[in-house]
Amino acid sequence: MSYSTPSEIHGDNYLNHEKGLWSWMTTVDHKRIGLMYLATVLFFFLVGGIFALIIRLNLMRAGHPIVDANTYNKLMTYHGAIMVFLVIIPAIPAAIGNFVLPMMLGAKDVAFPRLNLASYYIYVAGAILAVTSLVVGGADTGWTFYTPYSIRTSGAVIWVLAGAFVAGFSSILTGLNFIVSIQKLRAPGMTWNRLPLFLWSLYATSVIQVLATPVLAITLALLIFEHVFKVGIFDPALGGDPVLFQHFFWFYSHPAVYIMILPSMGVISEIIPVFSRKPIFGYRAIALASFGIALVAFLVWGHHLFVSGQSELANFIFSLLTMFVAIPTGVKVFSWVGTMYKGQITFKAPMLYAMGFIELFTIGGLTGVFLATLAIDVHLTDTYFVIAHFHYVMVGGTIMGFVGGMHYWFPKVTGKMYNEKIATWAFWLLIIGFNLTFGPQFIAGSEGMPRRYWSQLPEFDFWNRLSTYGSWFLAVGFVTIAYNMIKSAKSGPKAGDNPWRALTMEWQSPSPPPHDNFGEVGPTCTAWPYEYKGANV
Amino acid sequence: MSNAHAAPAAGTYNQDNPQPHHHGHHFESNEHEFSAAKQGMWLFMVTEVLMIGALFVGYLLFRLRFPEAFHEAHKELNVKLGALNTVVLIISSATMVLGVSAVQRGNNRRAVKLLIATVLCGAIFCTVKYFEYSHKFHEGIFPGGNYRFEGLTTPHVPLFFSFYFLMTGVHAFHVIVGMSLITWLIIKIKKGQISKDYFTPVELVGFYWHFVDLVWIYLFPLLYLLG
Amino acid sequence: SDVAVMWDHLYWFLFWLSVFFFVLVVGGMLYFAIVYRKQEGKKPKYIVDHHALEAFWTIVPTILLLGIFAWGWDVYKHQVSAPSDAAEVRVIGKQWQWTFQYDDGVTSNHLVVPVGKPVKLLMTSQDVLHSFFIPNFRVKQDVVPGMYTSVWFEPKVTGEHQVFCAEYCGTTHSGMLARIIVLDAEKYELWKNGKLKIKEDTKVASKDQVQLALSTDKVDGNQSSDTLAGKQSSATTLAAAHIPLPQQGAKLVEAKGCVACHSLDGSTKIGPSYKGIFGKQVELMDGSKVVVDENYIRESIQKPQSKVVKGFNPVMPPYTKEMIGEEDMNAIVAYIKSLN
Ligand code: HEA
Ligand code: HEA
Ligand code: HEC
Ligand code: CUA
Ligand SMILES: [Cu+2]
Repeated sequence: MSYSTPSEIHGDNYLNHEKGLWSWMTTVDHKRIGLMYLATVLFFFLVGGIFALIIRLNLMRAGHPIVDANTYNKLMTYHGAIMVFLVIIPAIPAAIGNFVLPMMLGAKDVAFPRLNLASYYIYVAGAILAVTSLVVGGADTGWTFYTPYSIRTSGAVIWVLAGAFVAGFSSILTGLNFIVSIQKLRAPGMTWNRLPLFLWSLYATSVIQVLATPVLAITLALLIFEHVFKVGIFDPALGGDPVLFQHFFWFYSHPAVYIMILPSMGVISEIIPVFSRKPIFGYRAIALASFGIALVAFLVWGHHLFVSGQSELANFIFSLLTMFVAIPTGVKVFSWVGTMYKGQITFKAPMLYAMGFIELFTIGGLTGVFLATLAIDVHLTDTYFVIAHFHYVMVGGTIMGFVGGMHYWFPKVTGKMYNEKIATWAFWLLIIGFNLTFGPQFIAGSEGMPRRYWSQLPEFDFWNRLSTYGSWFLAVGFVTIAYNMIKSAKSGPKAGDNPWRALTMEWQSPSPPPHDNFGEVGPTCTAWPYEYKGANV
Repeated sequence: MSNAHAAPAAGTYNQDNPQPHHHGHHFESNEHEFSAAKQGMWLFMVTEVLMIGALFVGYLLFRLRFPEAFHEAHKELNVKLGALNTVVLIISSATMVLGVSAVQRGNNRRAVKLLIATVLCGAIFCTVKYFEYSHKFHEGIFPGGNYRFEGLTTPHVPLFFSFYFLMTGVHAFHVIVGMSLITWLIIKIKKGQISKDYFTPVELVGFYWHFVDLVWIYLFPLLYLLG
Repeated sequence: SDVAVMWDHLYWFLFWLSVFFFVLVVGGMLYFAIVYRKQEGKKPKYIVDHHALEAFWTIVPTILLLGIFAWGWDVYKHQVSAPSDAAEVRVIGKQWQWTFQYDDGVTSNHLVVPVGKPVKLLMTSQDVLHSFFIPNFRVKQDVVPGMYTSVWFEPKVTGEHQVFCAEYCGTTHSGMLARIIVLDAEKYELWKNGKLKIKEDTKVASKDQVQLALSTDKVDGNQSSDTLAGKQSSATTLAAAHIPLPQQGAKLVEAKGCVACHSLDGSTKIGPSYKGIFGKQVELMDGSKVVVDENYIRESIQKPQSKVVKGFNPVMPPYTKEMIGEEDMNAIVAYIKSLN
């Protein structure tokens, strides 16, 4: 990462405090580590995105594939695995969170800075293992690695499993670091009632990371042992149970979807009050809802197994419990909209993304309720309806929040301002492209179009074609954003310390912040961060 | 400490003359730093519990499914050696506790001796496990699909041994990590990096070691005794 | 089918409910965005919360969601509970094709069924997971190696329906298609007697694509299916002779030596007799009770030691998949069933 440094603005800052590649690679400064995460995450986002574009091209016309079936299955697997394990899970917590969390707390760093750097390298090691698997032949199991197929297929899958296993520890350690930081490093005066909602949501996320990820780790390790030692626990041919694998996998991977969405919800909770010049509506309810979601998240994994052959009683319980997730989520959505009521709203890029988030996430969430409904899921599971559901929540939700956050904190990180006009254009490209890509998949899915199909039947052609066109808009949109960010970081106008006139603590320091964030003496928290009243409006 | 200001040249610190500790710039005091570290360690223990917990859950599920096979198979384990190892680990826990308290009271020399005793207990444990494992392998008792022991051919017996090797293997791995950490502590103490004012690493590794022992306390009856 | 109609009702209810909430949320958001956009001289209102409103939007969705759940459960019960008079067909999934086995010994790669009669499919897999998906009937069920799962449906009109494999199973997952052909009673009889042939054009996007996929399939580790495909199981040979499934089973229990220990007339030999056991409860060695159904018989054959019948010694040898393949297993189960 090299942003040209606006040293003339504030003199010493974290970007020029030390110089040279080596100083970056060995830094324990949470801000630099955050940027290193960001760069790596975006790189893999690009890779996963390119895979997605090939997938879409392949499906554009029935009977006209552009890759063969094995290649398609690998692309589909790596698209999913990269996007989940290397992009969306670290995206907001590890990249943006690392930068923002200590500053929002009014602290000089996270609790364990060296552990933080170690987490980054563990993540990189995981990524390298995953890439290695491509070199040794490529895995073709889908990102869910269901047994027994994943035991029978080629050994390349071991490397992906090892990669996800290792990356998992990075996630655990980041979560652990964040919990302790929030517990122990709040600035004087920052009571729990004054903790910004982004931090509440990171707290809830970290709890899930610490509790759920170890189960994924051991499950993936077991799968590696299945390959290497034939332990047989998940292999029906040796008396094992393939459905048990699914239980273990989703015990992690369902909570993981809330690892993906909660931080993004936190970003939205910061952006909306700032651009409405109003306190967040229902602060307590939103903070509590994060924990409500985190709690219920651990009780619903079985909704991925409605047709797996698990018992009807289990289906009953899991369907019922899944419904409860929608309640705290609804509370959040309504509260965001409520915050806009009687505000004075400006439509800068972060606000646009926040509104985009609400639009797309609501669709994604409501279709999640379709899937939670037992009878409905029997038909819709493993069709493109599910694909559309989770892209709406993951791309429309998390990625929108991520990109919104990148714009929102851009002036803090670089000291420069991005180009608002280009940002607005890119936003519209994304919104249109997104709905065009994934909207039709709901329809095709309802009609029964199965997922993970290298070749589709011609009767779905119309929807597939729309979807492929949409993906091009998305690609252009993301490239536009990347262009805007790189260009503005190099030569954008100076942003000032607090261009949005926000009240959270990170904006009380210079942009870009000095090495120790606030100077020798840390700040004191004197008020609720949403106190938009009098002079603050 | 008196020598905090008159800092002697590097290298002159040792276990009798430990160096003063400077807490990280983002903490207010040594106590603040210590409490954070402790909390972090507890959280780490939680992740460990969940990780091993998944194996326990798997074991119990299969036990319920194939009670006879598991019953037959567990007879192949050597209860005497298992019991010996249990005793060894309990002793090691005791030496660890004493070691930590010695450090806290500033008696670094005594602490080093106790920590060495702890590592030795770990080594005995591993040696015994080595003999148990190699005996099993010799008989052809391998996990799952590689099982080829003629003496016991009840179906699903191999699954028991899959769990046996996985659970004790994961545990043994933790023992080895623990031994390395304690060795690292001994070096740290010798270099004078640990004092009665700064003993965070010793206390945390202590936690870890007790945790590892505790896991064995569950593993032993579950695998060796429960029929 | 009736279930499909019920499903559609629920689906459209959810659809319109979602439209309602979408309009409420996004419409509200856009409305506020326009009305409360920044205007010179205006000040935002300082509002922190409103407990009544928050309680309202917690409680109302809760009630709605419980209702949705209950409705979903109700339809689900219909989806999974086959009527007792349903005709049974056995389905075997393997990479990458479906095989249908009828009680009268016919096997086919299409499912041909009579109109207006409920059909229950008893399914298992020879290799990895598959999933039997009939979009038109709104049903789907994973097909799992080592156990039987089932789906049922009742076609109301004659016609054709697409079957997909919906659980990823390797290279040609997308080519693992089949057709359900619903015939009227008369034509169905003709087909059964081999007098009516079904045209061989599965709706696979195009045949040569599949061929392409198969020829590039080198790295795939589906050894299991290779070896199994190489060994024609005996039921397949018997099927060729159009022997009804239970009779195939009768031949098999003799050929495999089961009758050495199991009588067919109710008398006890080394093992319990097969006669009349299906659907009955048996007591096991540990005192627990199980009902003899397809999965139990299958387990008793493959893993006899896991559930030992009370009063007998656990001496029955296990019969692995290599010894009794899925087709044979189906035949034996059908045979034991027929002894009631
Ligand atoms: C960011 C990630 C994310 C998020 C947040 C969610 C959120 C939800 N998901 Fe999703 N889901 C995934 C990612 C995510 N999901 C992924 C990746 C998969 C597939 C994995 C794979 O197989 O590859 C999946 C699959 C999946 C399934 C399994 C489908 C199948 O394979 O058969 C189910 C079933 O219950 C489900 C349900 C839900 C529900 C109920 C929510 C809820 O949390 C949504 C709650 C939100 C709302 C409901 C909207 C706002 C609320 C209101 C406006 C209030 C009023 C509403 C009502 C009264 C209805 N999801
Ligand atoms: C975070 C998660 C994530 C994201 C972002 C995406 C993004 C996209 N996905 Fe993906 N997808 C998954 C997670 C995700 N997906 C998962 C988990 C699966 C299931 C896999 C499985 O079944 O195992 C899946 C499966 C999946 C399928 C189904 C395949 C099948 O079942 O056969 C399809 C098909 O259309 C698809 C399409 C797309 C498209 C068009 C995008 C587009 O949105 C991509 C657009 C992005 C780009 C073109 C990159 C541009 C980037 C840059 C220019 C870098 C710089 C950027 C900035 C500075 C912002 N995805
Ligand atoms: C060596 C004798 C022996 C042979 C050969 C044998 N069995 Fe058995 N079988 C038994 C005994 C004894 C039991 C009862 C104890 C038990 O459940 O394991 C039994 C139980 C069963 C049951 C459960 C019956 C019930 O009432 O619950 C089934 C089904 C069965 N056998 C099928 C078969 C089939 C099919 C074959 C041949 C392919 C076969 N057996 C061969 C001895 C045998
Ligand atoms: Cu069979 Cu997919
Ligand atoms: Cu889920």
